[in-house]
Amino acid sequence: MDQIILQILNGLDKGSAYALIALGLTLIFGTLGVVNFAHGALFMLGAFCTVTLSRILTLSHTVIDESRKDFLGNPLKVDVPYVYDWFGESTGAAIIDWAVPLSIIFAIPVMIAIGVAMERGLVKHFYKRPHADQILVTFGLAIVLQEIIKYYFGANQIPAPAPEAFIGSFDFGALIGFDAGAIIYPYWRIVYFCFAMILIGAVFAFLQFTTFGMVVRAGMADRETVQLLGINIDRRFTLMFGIAAAVAGLAGVMYTPINSPNYHMGMDFLVISFVVVVVGGMGSLPGAVLAGFVLGILESFASMRQVIEFLPGINQVVIYLAAIVILLTRPRGLMGRKGVMED
Amino acid sequence: MSKSNLTRRGVLKTGAVAGAGLAVPTYLSAGSHAGFTNAPGDSSVTLGFNVPQTGAYADEGADELRAYELAVEHLNGGGDGGMLSTFSSKALDGTGILGRKVEYVTGDTQTKPDAARASARSMIEKDGAIMITGGSSSGVAVAVQALCQEAGIIFMAGLTHSNDTTGKDKKANGFRHFFNSYMSGAALAPILASNYGKDRKAYHLTADYNWGYTTEEAVRNSTEAMGWETVAAVKTPLAQTDFSSYVAPVLNSGADVLVLNHYGANMVNSLTSAVQFGLRAAEANGKNFEIVVPLYSRLMARGAGKNVAGIFGSTNWHWSLENVAGAKYAGTNAFVQSFGQKYGFPPSQAAHTVYCQTLLYADAVQRAGSFNPCAVAEALEGFEFDGLGNGPTLYRAEDHQCFKDVLVVKGKENPDNDFDLLEIVDVTPVEQVTYDAAIFGGELGSCNPGA
Repeated sequence: MDQIILQILNGLDKGSAYALIALGLTLIFGTLGVVNFAHGALFMLGAFCTVTLSRILTLSHTVIDESRKDFLGNPLKVDVPYVYDWFGESTGAAIIDWAVPLSIIFAIPVMIAIGVAMERGLVKHFYKRPHADQILVTFGLAIVLQEIIKYYFGANQIPAPAPEAFIGSFDFGALIGFDAGAIIYPYWRIVYFCFAMILIGAVFAFLQFTTFGMVVRAGMADRETVQLLGINIDRRFTLMFGIAAAVAGLAGVMYTPINSPNYHMGMDFLVISFVVVVVGGMGSLPGAVLAGFVLGILESFASMRQVIEFLPGINQVVIYLAAIVILLTRPRGLMGRKGVMED
Repeated sequence: MSKSNLTRRGVLKTGAVAGAGLAVPTYLSAGSHAGFTNAPGDSSVTLGFNVPQTGAYADEGADELRAYELAVEHLNGGGDGGMLSTFSSKALDGTGILGRKVEYVTGDTQTKPDAARASARSMIEKDGAIMITGGSSSGVAVAVQALCQEAGIIFMAGLTHSNDTTGKDKKANGFRHFFNSYMSGAALAPILASNYGKDRKAYHLTADYNWGYTTEEAVRNSTEAMGWETVAAVKTPLAQTDFSSYVAPVLNSGADVLVLNHYGANMVNSLTSAVQFGLRAAEANGKNFEIVVPLYSRLMARGAGKNVAGIFGSTNWHWSLENVAGAKYAGTNAFVQSFGQKYGFPPSQAAHTVYCQTLLYADAVQRAGSFNPCAVAEALEGFEFDGLGNGPTLYRAEDHQCFKDVLVVKGKENPDNDFDLLEIVDVTPVEQVTYDAAIFGGELGSCNPGA
């Protein structure tokens, strides 16, 4: 039983990332009708917002320490971050330690700007083109973005640890009556799950309870009628592209302590996220979230040793098998609507 | 009465064809004249450096390229000479190879066997490379080695750790300076037993490809011989990024040691997950839970940050070796000085092994007095040398594998900087990591000079 709960927890935090990326993908598809293959790259760019802010916070000046030697036997050059000089060593160290959560503030405007620039600069020219063209151009853009990141940050992973207060794990099992040590779970993964829930809730609340959201939903349902009412729906959809980019970016920001970011991390999530969108139902926001969690949990169970021994290789294909079964039984996905991406 | 077919037009045609034949580029004609592929001209010789310039191992490839450029500079008499001054063989004198200036071309393996073969083929056929070297993956090394065997070119492998490279897939034209999985297991097991005891239960997570299998096998055999028990061994997909599902059950499996047979991004991610799930701080079977990473790379340890602290692994070479273990490892400081002065940071083990390979090839040509691959192979087979940073070393004739001491390292608790991540715990003597060449099967075959 403890193993089952452990894998459900694993699936929930994995599903959180899938759900956040799929949510952004669905927002873009639902508003602009664009199949955005660069969405994984937006997740990756979010992660690199954290790396960038960490580097800004650790900008340093060099002090020569005569008492220590470097690898060539010369006096050691020690880097002292400017934040130590400005705020004192303990406060400066705390600021650097909290670089990941602070990156949320940094990433929101950056990612919205990237999203808006992407939509205005490139994607809008492909609205009336076939989906195949949109896929090709956004996939190409994804490759360009990841090569730019590789050029500036290198190919290796760059550690971006969680704040000291969230490093380590706690005994989740003891909380729910299991033996001590039966279910150990990392603090940061719980933080990630809670963050994803809040972000998903915020997106739904924004769409549901604001005038802007109401207009966007109306535009998603009937774009022409909304335009005939004199509303500039294009401008709102552009902003929605920016918001979708920010959602993917924030998913990437908070993911950095779970897996050290590298330039390729967006591609690792892209294919699975598309499966999540299709399984959830094209254009369905709740479907994307539900499918994200369902497939995340399934993937976790399929990775159990007992399952792999019984069905070798199942861990690598379970998501796609599930997608086949769901699409055979529910061709529009779990919560798909009639008429979306159908002739 | 005989009638001659000689006409003015015929003479002109024949002359044109003969002229064109004489003007054929050297790379096509010289090889056949000399009896081997890509025989160089009198002024220069071209080496082919085939490294990952894109893809996940691009940083390692970049460090290899730096070392290759340094080696070429030293072979041509530039710089401070690096390890030429400490190398036990004195055949090289800084005038290139056999009096020819050393030039080079580079290719991008992309860490994909197909791409690596294509770039190696291009360097051989278009650029006239006489030797191919490089790579940061066993899959690539095995593929390119096979190509070089067919083409009649010497292959000096870069970073490849699978037993298969000089085991079941060995070739007469291929040579490896880097150590292998068997040696990692043999070097690590005694250190693990003395630090963690002989009554341990290990859980292996193994990358689902050739290198992962041979590493798991080597570590299992070595640790089980010491008295450890293997509780489980789980294969993980190479493309896996989040290892939480694989790591989470480990603590309740009855194991008290987790062995991560992972390299590169797999290693960084699985180790990060293991530390996040509290395995470093946990207790199992009344003992501290431990993690082992059989193959360490400093460049990749950097990606795992503080998570490597206190974790044992093995490595082919480390820039602090001579300072820590003494003058037996002469050459290390000379290379670090040379590389550090030029690039501003110490070299990685990948840089070291490819620098050595370039010097070893050049030296073998010089001693053989010929670029003919068969003469070079003969000069390398059974060659004993010293002064290249690993202590006395043998290029074993039976499998073309180098035998030298192996380093056991541990992640530093408080590193001073990005380069100071590993500390040398022990240097395992070569006798302890030597094995019978027959145990991994395979046939060297005979040397192919090509052409």
